[in-house]
Amino acid sequence: MMAVEPITSAVRPETARPAQGAAPDPAGRGTGKVFFLTVLAAASVIFLYPFVWLVVASLKPRDRTFSDPFLPWPVPFRPENYVAVWDAAPMLTWLVNTVVVGVAAALAVTLSSAFVAFGFAYFRFPGRGIIFGSVLATMMLPAAVTLVPTFLIWNAAGLTGTQVPLWAGNLFGSAFYIFLLRQFLLGVPRYVFEAARVDGASYFDLFWRIALPLSRPALIIAFIFELKASWFDLMKPLIYLQDPALYTLPRGLKAVVDQFYQGGDPKWEIVLAASVVTTLPLIVIFFLGQRYFVQGIATTGRR
Amino acid sequence: MKRTAGEKSAAGGAAGGKTVTGKAAGEGGGRAGRVGRLRPETRWAYVFLLPWLIGLVLFQAGPMLASLVLSFTDYDLIGAPEFAGTANYARMMEDPKVARAIGNTVLYTLLHVPLAIILALALALVLNRITGRAAGVFRTIFYLPSMTPYVAVGVLFLFLLNGQAGVVNAFLGLFGIEGPQWTTDPDWILMGIVLMSLWNLGSTTIILFAALRNVPRELTEAAMIDGAGPWQRFRAVTLPMISSALFFVVIINTISSLQMFDQVYTMFFGNQIAQQSYGDAALFYVIYLFQQAFQFLHMGYASALAWVLFIVIAIITLIQVRVGNRMVYYEAEEHAG
Repeated sequence: MMAVEPITSAVRPETARPAQGAAPDPAGRGTGKVFFLTVLAAASVIFLYPFVWLVVASLKPRDRTFSDPFLPWPVPFRPENYVAVWDAAPMLTWLVNTVVVGVAAALAVTLSSAFVAFGFAYFRFPGRGIIFGSVLATMMLPAAVTLVPTFLIWNAAGLTGTQVPLWAGNLFGSAFYIFLLRQFLLGVPRYVFEAARVDGASYFDLFWRIALPLSRPALIIAFIFELKASWFDLMKPLIYLQDPALYTLPRGLKAVVDQFYQGGDPKWEIVLAASVVTTLPLIVIFFLGQRYFVQGIATTGRR
Repeated sequence: MKRTAGEKSAAGGAAGGKTVTGKAAGEGGGRAGRVGRLRPETRWAYVFLLPWLIGLVLFQAGPMLASLVLSFTDYDLIGAPEFAGTANYARMMEDPKVARAIGNTVLYTLLHVPLAIILALALALVLNRITGRAAGVFRTIFYLPSMTPYVAVGVLFLFLLNGQAGVVNAFLGLFGIEGPQWTTDPDWILMGIVLMSLWNLGSTTIILFAALRNVPRELTEAAMIDGAGPWQRFRAVTLPMISSALFFVVIINTISSLQMFDQVYTMFFGNQIAQQSYGDAALFYVIYLFQQAFQFLHMGYASALAWVLFIVIAIITLIQVRVGNRMVYYEAEEHAG
């Protein structure tokens, strides 16, 4: 338990408390605020410009990719790149694969983690501290350590070359989400559960009818974080997938950049358009679920 | 189930669950007799824990031990693993590529972590000085790069850092500076990677910003009334109050820097031309591990590399517990019932 104290303290629910410590310096309010806004605006330009450049360059013909690096619109305008990219690579297949694998991974981890978290939050039983200790301990376990044996397991199961290893490991819960969901469920007053017990509800009812609906915000956080993680994942597709028809977008984009960035016949506009196609859906998801992301980072410290 | 519970106490004991250990510690003898007549509620608890326990054995503890065993063997997937003693570890000591990979990874970590945290703290401090909607909008903007898949980040910076015509050098050119060949000059590749890494400050900024918002206003105001200037208030009030969050971001940034893979692999590996022309200037530790395991099928050697990484990260975590408990200010925190 000690091992995670910094996490737990970053986690405290108060982080979600309304802005209150934001103490503007009463002395220099007017000029100070203008100065701070200017600094933030300058920083925003630095953070946003790479996106602007990416989109603009993806809409230009190949021989103009690097021209006018500070012009924030494409000259000449060549939207046909976005038609060409679907022909140059099976982007649509990859997009569908990414969504399917991502949803499977996110659903699996959300439900199994909630199931386990309910076990930790509701029951008191011998060994609970030690087993919960094992949850915390695996948070520190770098994925690289288990890379080889995990591959050997999937290999022995005959599932390398399929998408199963990309999500099935999530069926057993994941430490971060178990931790998050347990914290959340500990905040539910116990009498809510006890009352249902008295009314004859089974433990599965408690989980399915009470714990799950009540932990909706935490479930959404777990779901979108795992969806994002799956959408980012390059290493597992590199290890497990050989057939390009099974690739996810990151693996596909890696193949596109390997083929078209260098070599005899570079097609930069294809590489750039493929990058936009890979990134855009996540940005949309981010705007839809923004408050969950911010809450999730502040509470779990996950990136 | 009995077996898994037993393995658990070995693994979990080290991690130190202090909540219920009192009960669990003294019961070594009594356990066997008790399992038969567990209270129904306990049995149900283990039903809910079952997925975790299976996963722990199958995908965490089991593979960890397996990779320890494999690290003492030669194994190429085709034959059976052959016992090799400590040969893999001895080989690591002499492998110039390991030395290069460690050097690159450590140098990257030493540059990335302080720079990222200073910049993120600066952004968070400025964010904390403005109020209302604007802060939320800026926070969103700063987080957007973190929503970009690492492969796309790698691709994007391959273009931005292009030595001849990239945006970064075009920008430097405005000030009459001739920028280096970030993606092809072995002396500059690592600096280019650090630069790329600083685009991703979003989550560090959000964590620090959340911590700053929790600093009680009365404290800074009291310090101000006592005549403390801005720097003194920051040193004496703000910094101690956010020390746990600060410490936390140092640790997670360090651990993730040591495992850098995606962006760099995208930019410099997996493609014959790239791999030949840049030498080992971009060779990171996990990239080398990956190559050994899945390109050369040196499963034993890769496992040895993995265990060394694990021990390093375990030590860092231990330092986190030790130093963190001593130096960091925590409020009382108690959950277990």
